[in-house]
Amino acid sequence: MSDRQYELVYILPPETTDQQVTELHEQVEQVVSRMKGQIEKNENWGRRRMAYEIGHYKEGVYLLDVINGSGELMKELDRRLKVMDQVIRHMIVRVDEEKRVIDRTRTKRQSESERRRVKRGLPPQRQPGEGRSQMDADDDGDDRFDGMEA
Amino acid sequence: MAFGQGRSGGGGRGKKGDKKSGDKEKGQRRPMFRRRKVCKFCADKIDDINYKDVKLLGPFVPERGKILPRRISGTCAMHQRKLQVAIKRARQIALVPYVTD
Repeated sequence: MSDRQYELVYILPPETTDQQVTELHEQVEQVVSRMKGQIEKNENWGRRRMAYEIGHYKEGVYLLDVINGSGELMKELDRRLKVMDQVIRHMIVRVDEEKRVIDRTRTKRQSESERRRVKRGLPPQRQPGEGRSQMDADDDGDDRFDGMEA
Repeated sequence: MAFGQGRSGGGGRGKKGDKKSGDKEKGQRRPMFRRRKVCKFCADKIDDINYKDVKLLGPFVPERGKILPRRISGTCAMHQRKLQVAIKRARQIALVPYVTD
């Protein structure tokens, strides 16, 4: 069975220095490599305002890792992150299956539209300046919220 | 917004009016200016409702912090389900509030 893909988001206190961030990330890396996983992508969203307070912190440094690995790896990582007191919140989400579904629907729609266009005698790709313009003036999304006061 | 209230809000008020003047017909013929609601995700062809995309989720989480119901937003069942999961995930990592008073 091929590896699963997970996304790990974790939040550090706002006063964390860049050095501390890299140190912590190394710890994560160590666990991952020891359990024969690999980090595919790693993002730092920087300091963000949180929607609610977590342990009297109003802001936090958000970090995201996309990890390929086994369930046991993520279990171990989860356990370790729970213990680390410099991590104020973390969340692990499995993403490979959802990604596959998204890709499938996307390619399906694309091929469908190409098939239909060819049937109508048009080139398979949409030409620039063809069809309706992207934004109708009075269709800027506000229509979804009518009937609110009913 | 007088017409917007026509369907449900007008119900209670309509009864009184009927008794008085009997203008039932008039009330029913009143045109309803209610635009048909469309699922945003179907219309814009958004496949991926991701918990990290706060901009996308924002309009579906009003000030109070509750998830906007389908009957108001017009989102289709499939996308509302995905939206719900995404919002709940975003709440866990404090991108979206649980409650705000």
